[in-house]
Amino acid sequence: MVRNRQQRHSGLRPWRHRLVAVVNGSLAVLAGLISICMPSVSHGVAQDAKVTTISIVYASQERERLAPLSLLDFRPPSEGYDGAKLAIEDNNTTGRFLNQSFAMGDMLSAKRDELIEKVVAAAKSGTSFFVVDATADTLVALSDALNGLPAVIFNAGAHDERLREEDCRANVKHTAASYAMLADAMTQYLTWKQWTRLVLVSGPQPEDKLFAEALKRSAKRFGLKLLAEQEFVYEAGSRRADGGFEQVQKQIPTFTQEFPEHDVLLVSDVANQFGDYFPFRTWKPRAIAGTHGLYPTAWHPASELWGATQFQNRFQRLAGRVMKPVDYAAWMAVRSIGEAATRTNSGDPKVLIDYMLSPKFELAAFKGQKLTYRPWNAQLRQPIFVATPKIHVTVSPQPGFLHQVSVLDTLGLDEPETKCKAFR
Amino acid sequence: MKVTVHSLAAAIVAAGALCTASLPANAYRAFISNEKDNTVSVIDTHTWKVIETMKVGQRPRGILLAHGKEWLLICTSDDNRIEVYDAKTYAFIKNLPSGPDPELMVLHPSGNPLYVANEDDNLVTVVDVEEGKIVAKVPVGVEPEGMAVSPDGKTVINTSETTNMAHFIDTTTYETKANILVDNRPRVAQFTDDGKQLWVSAEIGGTVSIIDVAKKEVIHKITFEIPGITAEAIQPVGIAINKDATKAFVALGPANRVAVIDAATHTVEKYILVGQRVWNISFTPDEKYILTTNGVSNDVTVIDTGKLRGFKSIPVGRYPWGVTITDD
Repeated sequence: MVRNRQQRHSGLRPWRHRLVAVVNGSLAVLAGLISICMPSVSHGVAQDAKVTTISIVYASQERERLAPLSLLDFRPPSEGYDGAKLAIEDNNTTGRFLNQSFAMGDMLSAKRDELIEKVVAAAKSGTSFFVVDATADTLVALSDALNGLPAVIFNAGAHDERLREEDCRANVKHTAASYAMLADAMTQYLTWKQWTRLVLVSGPQPEDKLFAEALKRSAKRFGLKLLAEQEFVYEAGSRRADGGFEQVQKQIPTFTQEFPEHDVLLVSDVANQFGDYFPFRTWKPRAIAGTHGLYPTAWHPASELWGATQFQNRFQRLAGRVMKPVDYAAWMAVRSIGEAATRTNSGDPKVLIDYMLSPKFELAAFKGQKLTYRPWNAQLRQPIFVATPKIHVTVSPQPGFLHQVSVLDTLGLDEPETKCKAFR
Repeated sequence: MKVTVHSLAAAIVAAGALCTASLPANAYRAFISNEKDNTVSVIDTHTWKVIETMKVGQRPRGILLAHGKEWLLICTSDDNRIEVYDAKTYAFIKNLPSGPDPELMVLHPSGNPLYVANEDDNLVTVVDVEEGKIVAKVPVGVEPEGMAVSPDGKTVINTSETTNMAHFIDTTTYETKANILVDNRPRVAQFTDDGKQLWVSAEIGGTVSIIDVAKKEVIHKITFEIPGITAEAIQPVGIAINKDATKAFVALGPANRVAVIDAATHTVEKYILVGQRVWNISFTPDEKYILTTNGVSNDVTVIDTGKLRGFKSIPVGRYPWGVTITDD
């Protein structure tokens, strides 16, 4: 919700604080003072200046998820929300110089129908900005329910292509990368490596199929050869059965034995059910890529590229854990709102939403270049890491992949291919 | 594009070889910090050769001369300190405390103190260079980066990369007097010699904001356009303005070019091709040359400021970052 306040917002500190100069010798004592007085700089801002407050809601759909294969892959309960929270803090450091305040309540977490109900209620009582982590079905239903209200959804969690294509909506922006963007980032690197002979193993879950489709489309787009394809069938939920490795180390070689000669075995296991069984267990010693082994990701928790060290440190201090791609997408959503508010000096949702889709908008997000929204479907353009779990291997687009508008548009479906009509 | 850069770089080297003989005898020494190698390359500006490679602390970045230009100060970011070396003998003298992760620093015109940006702590640390003590810590915006001091010594500027502002800090009270919004990810701040203007480069925004120091407002934004180079690759970082404020040079990062700007009209006159990912630049004291640090091609390009073209590439260490030049 957007409103003006006569007095400072509770989340802000007094405007006329002095900056504290710490004199030699009393550093320890005053270190605390610094943190208290930190947001205290002013320039011609009167004590009773009107502060514009911009409210943001983070909504997360509760859903049944299969337990991941590895203990390391369980999701932190505040995944996504913590990224949004960091961006609120970052927005407020700039905002306090401009009489703008950004506020976000607790995470709104519920099952599909209840979530939609609560978001619509919040929109009706004046909130305009929603960062949402939900399934594609829920997102479409939610965006339709919000139709006609001055509200915009930032999709931070769903990679599904259809949300950017045939099911795109004018009130949805996507800071999460699409499956096609992720797949293109990966296959561009395989092309650069000249690892052109591929085989594909995909899981039975719907999202496994979606990413497998994206990989196939991408392989074709960049001229790689997909020589064979197999589904990996498993019984979900037996991950803790003791002593499984003896069987797995025999099962995977057998499973991969019949594949034609290839450079890379692609795995599509978005649900994290079997992909980690493949590296080092195949019949022939071959690279594994896709969702496991070498994988594309919008954010890597170990990236220190483009000044990201401080960003990662800030997140660690706030959340007590490393940053996940959903956190990053949520951070970019809230920072987009902040950036639009800074540049337009406005809290009016319509002004901010229009600005985000205008050619003037640009977001700095530790990717070494400005990020912008594609005007035809409101997908945020972004470089994608191609990585192993500990460190990035490269960042795509790869050198030599050219585009007449933005090289970032070599990742994902481009304007001439789009089925999205909502922004025409 | 790559191919063009390579062949042109080769051409520059070849041209350089032809020109060297006719150069005047201006033997300054340029110090280049090599971020990845933990070394500083010393270049003789008469022979344009590396005459010494100094082994220094971890991740050397910001570099300048102090103590009557007898000392070389280097921010060794990963060692969280500033190392001091004799600028003539290259012998280690002492360490200065800097606060965590020092990146860029600037010296007060009187020669003391030193202002250091601590990127990870949202602080500017004020260090007495002679005493080797921290005098003050000033809280600023998120990710402080660029530093400048006004020629009258009254104002120190800090740019914060995520807050996207230039903060004007009073050097006696350490109060912030103004916060001026610039474009995304401000990197380098540079006063004109008369102190009337402050130029601030925005790496992601792709612009240079010119701030009227008296009015405390942005009076002009310089934008760049290079045929065949995408807008995303144009990332302004280093700024050098000549003493009579007629010409300015701006390093454009991965666009691999230095822009030449008429400092009076603010129009871009030319783009000079240099090495890859050019970040920091510095005039020689006679302003006849500009040296650039090219972080990806691991070299330094020398630009002839009269002919407005690069004429020499000098291989240095890995990831060359900062540059400072003696005046004798």
